Amino acid sequence: MSKPLGEMQEYLNAALDTALTGSEISFGDLTFYAHAEQIVKILIFLRDDSECRFETLIDICGVDHPGRQKRFDVVYHLLSMRENIRVRVKVKVDEGVAVPSVVDVHPAANWNEREAFDMYGILFSGHPDLRRILTDYGFEGHPLRKDFPLSGHVQCRYDEEQRRVVYEPVSLTQEFRNFDNLSPWEGAQYVLEQDADAEGEGQ
Amino acid sequence: MAEAETEKRNFTINFGPQHPAAHGVLRLVVELDGEVVERVDPHIGLLHRGTEKLIEHKTYVQAMPYFDRLDYVAPMNQEHAFCLAVEKLADIEVPRRAQFIRVLYSEIGRLLSHLLNVTTQAMDVGALTPPLWGFEEREKLMVFYERASGSRMHAAYFRPGGVHQDLPQDLLDDIGKFCETFPQVLDDIETLLTDNRIFKQRNADIGVVSEQDALEWGFSGVMVRGSGMAWDLRRAQPYEVYSELDFDIAIGKHGDCYDRYLVRMAEMRESVKIMQQCLAKMPKGPIMEASGKVAPPKRGDMKQSMEAMIHHFKLFTEGFHVPEGEVYAAVEAPKGEFGVYLVSDGTNKPYRCKIKAPGFMHLQAMDFLNKGHMLADIAAIIGSLDVVFGEIDR
Repeated sequence: MSKPLGEMQEYLNAALDTALTGSEISFGDLTFYAHAEQIVKILIFLRDDSECRFETLIDICGVDHPGRQKRFDVVYHLLSMRENIRVRVKVKVDEGVAVPSVVDVHPAANWNEREAFDMYGILFSGHPDLRRILTDYGFEGHPLRKDFPLSGHVQCRYDEEQRRVVYEPVSLTQEFRNFDNLSPWEGAQYVLEQDADAEGEGQ
Repeated sequence: MAEAETEKRNFTINFGPQHPAAHGVLRLVVELDGEVVERVDPHIGLLHRGTEKLIEHKTYVQAMPYFDRLDYVAPMNQEHAFCLAVEKLADIEVPRRAQFIRVLYSEIGRLLSHLLNVTTQAMDVGALTPPLWGFEEREKLMVFYERASGSRMHAAYFRPGGVHQDLPQDLLDDIGKFCETFPQVLDDIETLLTDNRIFKQRNADIGVVSEQDALEWGFSGVMVRGSGMAWDLRRAQPYEVYSELDFDIAIGKHGDCYDRYLVRMAEMRESVKIMQQCLAKMPKGPIMEASGKVAPPKRGDMKQSMEAMIHHFKLFTEGFHVPEGEVYAAVEAPKGEFGVYLVSDGTNKPYRCKIKAPGFMHLQAMDFLNKGHMLADIAAIIGSLDVVFGEIDR
């Protein structure tokens, strides 16, 4: 690494100032938190500034936090081959609110944004062609959302009589079993069933 | 009426999803002006299995085998990225012998992938012999996979904390022997292709990528090295023991399909060099971290030790917990930078696991790469992109 992460963090905090809402270095990764409206400006700066040169877009992806007010994180991973340094920029966005598309900054963002749209339903304003990408033609729903069931909603098969592929609601011969082996003494954040019942009676 | 007769109309054809040159299930909607490509619209996702969703419902160790099924021609390289991500989050130290084994098998994976790619690229442009010769060698390499893990392809051999089983000495000896004979096979394949007039005509000056294009389109691996940038994660951001090994980074000059072929050939020779160094330097010792909190205990210990028994039970029901946080870990997979963005909420299952597949970025540039080329060049360009749909569609 030609430049320590801490130095880059200070430099960018000073340079981007109001566009950012925070930054941290954890597990050896440098992360910036930003306002969604500022993302184009930030990525242009990161790409063009001679100290940064984050010219390679590694990835754009969504993360779903259903309980949160702004439901989705959109995470941008960038790499500077010149400085040999990686950076992550995270913005928060609510369902139905669009993030400005960065296709004009990085052409490679095109498919990544389509994927985030497909998987999470995150909208990108100004995207030239915001179609589904990985799911089937005519697919409904956004499969990586936490409230989308693992088994999906439809299944398809070839129908001999109609001589075409037909879609039907999922029917499982055995009920879907989600084994929860999480120890109730450590790690589990949810309310156990019997506790939830007791609480419900109390109210 | 006369006007309508002279009116020119572009022709749209459907390439794939079942096409021998599509390297899997790729559907291209190609708009042609005569035989010149005007626009290419790749339709992907025909092999989408929801890997990322499935991983969210599995414990960390259960999630690992999904990575074999991404880029299925070099399975262990993918496992490697996931293991590195988990280890980075949970701060797990990998024993030295395991690091050497990982590097050794990552390079075997590189050979597997490049052999497949180089020879099928040759087949796409009309040469039939190289795949036959290359696949013979791949078969030997897959036997090495099998002897280490029990499986030719879906190895599930790398685990967070090390590797699953130790390698017996005779396997290492056989890999050593292979490293001696393999360069001869590479020479043979080169005699068929490198100076071959047809191969050159079909690949030179086709699908040219400049440095700037490679940056803009987020390329990595051979796709940037072919364009003259000496960027290799094994060198730039070394992981495991790569910093101790001596190898060169091959780069191309013109950024065309032919240069990418040459880079891959050179990389295979470097891989052999790395494998030989691994064999020479590999120390004896443990192959898995031994705290008992990540890796299951030995069967023998479980007969004697109550603690080992408890560890075993906990690891195979609940699995281990990974501290809350998020990391991005990447390896130089044969096809480019393969990364895993892992978000953990502190439980035994990943909260989010985004897989960054190099082929996804490369295939995205199909429209840009093919514009203005002839229809027949599409096959050559797909061949040199080195796409595998397991990782693109995920």
